Amino acid sequence: MSEVTNMHSGAMAGHAVHHEDHHGHHKETFVSKYIFSMDHKTIAKQFLVTGIIWAIIGGLFSVLFRLQLGYPDQSFPILETMFGHWAAGGQIKPEFYYALITMHGTVLVFFVLTAGLSGTFANLLIPLQIGARDMASPFLNMLSYWFFFMASVVMLSSIFIQTGPASGGWTMYPPLSALRQAGDGSKLGSDLWLVGMALFIISQLLAGLNYISTILNMRTKGMSMTRMPLTVWALFFTAVLGVLSFPVLLSGAILLLFDRNIGTSFFLSDIVINGEILPNEGGSAILYQHLFWFLGHPEVYIILLPAMGMVSEILSVNSRKPIFGYMAMLGSLFAICILAFLVWAHHMFVTGLNPFLGSVFVLLTLLIAVPSAIKVFNWLTTLWRGNIRFTPATLFAIGFVSLFISGGLTGIFVGNSTIDIHLHDTMFVVAHFHIVMGVASFFGMFAGVYHWFPKMFGRYLNSTLGYMHFWVTMIGSYLIFWPMHYQGLAGIPRRYLDKSGWTSFNGFPELDKMITIVSIIVFAVQLMFVFNFFYSIFKGRKVTTKNPWGANTLEWTTPIRPGHGNWEGEIPEVHRWAYDYGKDGREFIPQDEPIGENESKH
Amino acid sequence: MSVSIVSNQQRKKIHPHKFTMWVAIGSIVMMFAGLTSAFIVKSNQVNWKTVALPKVFWISTAVIIASSITVQMALRSFKNREMNQYRLLIGLTLVLGAAFVVLQWMGFNELWAQQITFKGSGAGQFLYVIFGLHAMHVIGGVVALIVMFIKAYAGKTKLYSSVPVEVVATYWHFVDALWIYLLVFFLVIGG
Repeated sequence: MSEVTNMHSGAMAGHAVHHEDHHGHHKETFVSKYIFSMDHKTIAKQFLVTGIIWAIIGGLFSVLFRLQLGYPDQSFPILETMFGHWAAGGQIKPEFYYALITMHGTVLVFFVLTAGLSGTFANLLIPLQIGARDMASPFLNMLSYWFFFMASVVMLSSIFIQTGPASGGWTMYPPLSALRQAGDGSKLGSDLWLVGMALFIISQLLAGLNYISTILNMRTKGMSMTRMPLTVWALFFTAVLGVLSFPVLLSGAILLLFDRNIGTSFFLSDIVINGEILPNEGGSAILYQHLFWFLGHPEVYIILLPAMGMVSEILSVNSRKPIFGYMAMLGSLFAICILAFLVWAHHMFVTGLNPFLGSVFVLLTLLIAVPSAIKVFNWLTTLWRGNIRFTPATLFAIGFVSLFISGGLTGIFVGNSTIDIHLHDTMFVVAHFHIVMGVASFFGMFAGVYHWFPKMFGRYLNSTLGYMHFWVTMIGSYLIFWPMHYQGLAGIPRRYLDKSGWTSFNGFPELDKMITIVSIIVFAVQLMFVFNFFYSIFKGRKVTTKNPWGANTLEWTTPIRPGHGNWEGEIPEVHRWAYDYGKDGREFIPQDEPIGENESKH
Repeated sequence: MSVSIVSNQQRKKIHPHKFTMWVAIGSIVMMFAGLTSAFIVKSNQVNWKTVALPKVFWISTAVIIASSITVQMALRSFKNREMNQYRLLIGLTLVLGAAFVVLQWMGFNELWAQQITFKGSGAGQFLYVIFGLHAMHVIGGVVALIVMFIKAYAGKTKLYSSVPVEVVATYWHFVDALWIYLLVFFLVIGG
């Protein structure tokens, strides 16, 4: 591969590095530097800021429907002022409620915890930690963000149309989502949802291709696969999962678009709606569920793995100890990646699935407990007798481990097809996946933001606000989701907007009020974090050393505010793994330091 | 300008762009695997109607195989720096690719005339979706070929790297192989 072959893709990096020396004429304009940027670090920030905006929107939706769940009989005139006919008389209408839960799920699962989380940290960390000047294809990388942006515009626009956004649940099961007659949310809103998701999938595929080929092909000299930090490994498996599972959702979405708009019957059969007999026959709604969950389950790990990787790195750096069981960590990431594709039908135990097939999926599902337990064990043993620095990032990483344990244990309940008959579609499931996947991944993301903010912006986040953010969010999350387990065990279904009419379900009105109040407080604290984030970009305490955390990985060998191309001179060569902490009497030994003569082996 | 994205410190391996194309192919395979397995699931249900493939699809098969040969020859002439021959062969591939899409469209029309429409359920509806999506992937390849074609004529700088040509050729062979898989699939399972 000659230099010439790479000129077109390398020109940007070449310029940036070239100009560092001259401090003279800069060809980079505002547009090429901040908007249509091909620098992976800028694209990471774009993903992060877009993700934050989406998180505020998605979080606000949850506050609104919690208001309905906690106070179903009261009216809040401000809601009518804000949402007009959706909240006539200050009470959330049923259609609005379903639109809120649908968009809450869609926004947080896809736009925040997929694009906002792996989009941010894969872009930021992969080139910096493996020692590359940029992604394999900076152009595809830029395209990936702008497809995400277009997806965001389409999805956001559905909130402002007359009939409102999609309201068939974030899974968009047909026939509800396929028939316009089924409700307001099944009209234009559902088409916009499908188009938005198609654009989103393209964005994720472009991103995933880049992540994989960057990690496999662009590592610096000496950076063998087993010397890579666990963050990069986790992001690698995330990308593999995305590239193999998102296309299947795309095929489901295309078939659903045909059923909605062209009159095919892929998912529709023998339906009578409002007294009208529909001509569709021969379709299967269960088929959609298979296509959806073949993505849907790996998606859970697409959300969780980046958080796992960052937590491993942050815990090791901040307990000043090597990560415990590096190879076991790798092996368990790999096992999770494989098992992720083999468990999708555990979302469908009550659809009439063959019980024998169900028992196979139970076995495969419960097998995930093994790699998960290995990872938990390794995180705890990394912390064990460490010299722990309790930075906000460390606290959030420890919080992640706590939530992952609590939420993972309830997975053993819902993963059993017999117990699932009782628990399916109850608040227990809501509690389970929010703790293990939603909140836990958010904690991983917060840990990552607090830890790598100095690398992103050359300044620190305010730690006092960070500690407040952590403790309120940590206690609040358990207060919100722990009681939901009891509600679920008592049989309270999810998706009901007012339980007061059912004697079997209306036993917890005060508990629901408490959950609502805590959610409002937790949401307010997240806004405080957002304030901290934007304030610190401009006014935060400045970073004065290249390596503020005393970490070994390569991103801390770059200048405090690296330009496009990351390193001013040659890319450093790697001589050791990323976890030489507390070795031979030294606190830490960076990866680019050659092995000394009398150095002990690890 | 000595610094490029792929540092010369890095080991000599497959070019990242080529590798990216292979991963992309894996991803496209997953989409068609999803669609064809949906087909298998549905074909076991009641009221399933099979479909007889029109003869025109055999012609389109011959055309796309021929285009695979021409694109391979184009790649070889590029590597041998026979630029006139390269331009001719790329142009020929382009025409064959476009002809393939037209032939598919004719096949669709023929089926439509046999009352196989979007109404009802059966192999016909899947055929339109699956062959249609495949044709869109071919159109994507045709667009890439047009770009190559224009570059071969209007490029100010002389092109020495064969990587872009190799990437396009790989993709082109892939849509060819994908078509043959889909054809066999519809003959064996859909017939």
